Amino acid sequence: MSVTVLTAEERISHATQLQLTWWRFRKHKVALVSGVIILLFYLVVVLADFLATSDPHATDARRSFIPPQAIHLFDDGKFRPHVYGLKGIRDPRTFRLRYAPDPERKLPIRFLGRGYDYNLLGLIPTNIHLFSVEDAGPVDGIFLLGTDQLGRDLWSRLIVATRISLSIGLAGVGVSLVLGVLLGGISGLYGGTVDTIIQRLIELLRSVPTIPLWMGLAASLPADWSVLQVYFAITLIISLIGWTDLARVVRGRFMALRTEDFILAAELAGASRGRIIFRHMLPSFFSHIIAATSLALPAMIISETSLSFLGLGLRPPAISWGILLQDAQSVQSLALAPWLLCSAVPVIVAILAFNFLGDGLRDAADPYG
Amino acid sequence: MLAYCLRRLALALVTIWSISVLTFIIIQLPPGDFADAYIAQLSSSGSTVSLDEVASLREMYGLGQPMHVQYFKWLSRMVVGDFGYSMEWRRPVVDVIGDRLWLTLAISVAALIVTWGLALPIGIYSAVRQYSAGDYLFTLVGFIGLAVPNFLLALILMYLGYTMFGLSVGGLFSPEFEQAPWSWAKFLDLLTHMILPTIVLATAGTAYLIRIMRANLLDELRMPYVVTARAKGLPEWRVIMKYPVRVALNPFASSVGYIFPHIVSGSIIISLVLALPTVGPLLLRALVAQDMFLAGTIVLLLGVLTVIGTFVSDLLLMWIDPRIRFQIH
Repeated sequence: MSVTVLTAEERISHATQLQLTWWRFRKHKVALVSGVIILLFYLVVVLADFLATSDPHATDARRSFIPPQAIHLFDDGKFRPHVYGLKGIRDPRTFRLRYAPDPERKLPIRFLGRGYDYNLLGLIPTNIHLFSVEDAGPVDGIFLLGTDQLGRDLWSRLIVATRISLSIGLAGVGVSLVLGVLLGGISGLYGGTVDTIIQRLIELLRSVPTIPLWMGLAASLPADWSVLQVYFAITLIISLIGWTDLARVVRGRFMALRTEDFILAAELAGASRGRIIFRHMLPSFFSHIIAATSLALPAMIISETSLSFLGLGLRPPAISWGILLQDAQSVQSLALAPWLLCSAVPVIVAILAFNFLGDGLRDAADPYG
Repeated sequence: MLAYCLRRLALALVTIWSISVLTFIIIQLPPGDFADAYIAQLSSSGSTVSLDEVASLREMYGLGQPMHVQYFKWLSRMVVGDFGYSMEWRRPVVDVIGDRLWLTLAISVAALIVTWGLALPIGIYSAVRQYSAGDYLFTLVGFIGLAVPNFLLALILMYLGYTMFGLSVGGLFSPEFEQAPWSWAKFLDLLTHMILPTIVLATAGTAYLIRIMRANLLDELRMPYVVTARAKGLPEWRVIMKYPVRVALNPFASSVGYIFPHIVSGSIIISLVLALPTVGPLLLRALVAQDMFLAGTIVLLLGVLTVIGTFVSDLLLMWIDPRIRFQIH
């Protein structure tokens, strides 16, 4: 192993494209943090049931509208995390039952305790959760973000909703990517009439107000379809409109690369068309595609959330961010249970993070600039 | 020039035609046809339909005939303004939509104007004072504007209005004006109610336009002609406003085409949250109740409106930017 220390300039000239991209990306601190946040989000997607504290589908009328509980870390100066038990109070004016923390009863939090049954990673049947409290009474439990009207724990529902909302975004982007790369590639490679037709098609799709169209398509899905069928149909509807931006990026790149010297060199060397596209052109704008993909994801997430919010997207018992926000639709329910608005936080954070990450990736995609 | 306009017009017509095909597909998607639904509707309310009546209905709408025949029958009725009959409301679709279409349009256009009014000065400021505290602030606000979906913003503002000011925001008219005929007082009432939805609708577009305006103007400000203008001793205000801003103005004209469809889309959703009497809630109800003529008409009319918007934006762009005019010649 050589012991000579490379100068900065030498390091750059020796680095691979991947390294250069990474160095450039690392400089964009906000994008870096966003990347970590998105990794955490997908960790939640993978480990959803493990992080949930109670069954997200289990309803219990006695648990209706419990406000969020505070976690107390110390008990008598010792580290012993616990939450207070709840006691019901009748409101003297409205006669509604409210819940208030009861400092007399401390419920210790158990780490890796047992809860409802689920399959870890969809494979391993288990009932171990990251944290839980002993169920002593009907309203004893840990409700980090409170409960909804039907007494379902909002934290657990939010965690499980993340799984559906983020995976539907990925699936939608996947379909858009295939359409965008295919049509954008054809458009950019062949040019001429095909290009004109595809460009007009894109212009057409962009000038149509999308939400009424989505609503129309989504509303005509048969009511007796299963959750899974609706999920795929919604993904397809969303991605049918979403591919246009990706197609534009791909087309622009193909157009720019077509006249590059190294493509001409490959042609002169007798490389086949397929080899030129996949061996020479694609790798040189692969990073641009990744950046465009991460910029396309937020739009997908917003679409799904909006459709489900309207009641035209996924339907209960499926849980997604949009479905959770449906509960927070009216001022009345928000006045009664303002914590229902918590469901908005992950939506905003995820969309912001994807936007920043996409910006950083786009800057880093061309490390020679 | 004329050829360019005609080409754009042709594209607009093709777009409208494609929207009409899509709309027709949406109308046809639910199982059963119009006559079946009509019979079901009538018998559920206790009245009966004679077979003759059903037969004449089938004849009128071309039901049972091949799809393209039905499509042309439907289209030719649409062209002369007969949009069909709303099953749920038991009235012609035109009567049901009524003022709602114009209110939708009013809110959308107002949002577009607010978008321009905010994005232009902020965009110029952000570019001229690049990396200043104000620039960072607007960038941050812009990112949040882009990231928060319309309906969420409406929800949050509504909640804040309710808890902090005790307002119940929603609707477009105060109760006393709801049924009143149009008057100056009613118009003012409408304006005050339009502030919140307009702001909500304008945020995303404003954030987007600020970013574009800032980037374009930054590119222009680095051009040698700006240095020349400065060297000649022009006042800074004129240096910036006279040429670079004018060149960077293009996205504003084209935003009618790009942002307007989004605003119209957004108005549908926030109308539901804020209970605005636009076509939004009507469309949702029609879709849920499978009142397909009503739903189809709304989708089609919204589509046509945005296509007109795009066409106007093309003309505007040509008027503002001499480079486009000269290219055509």
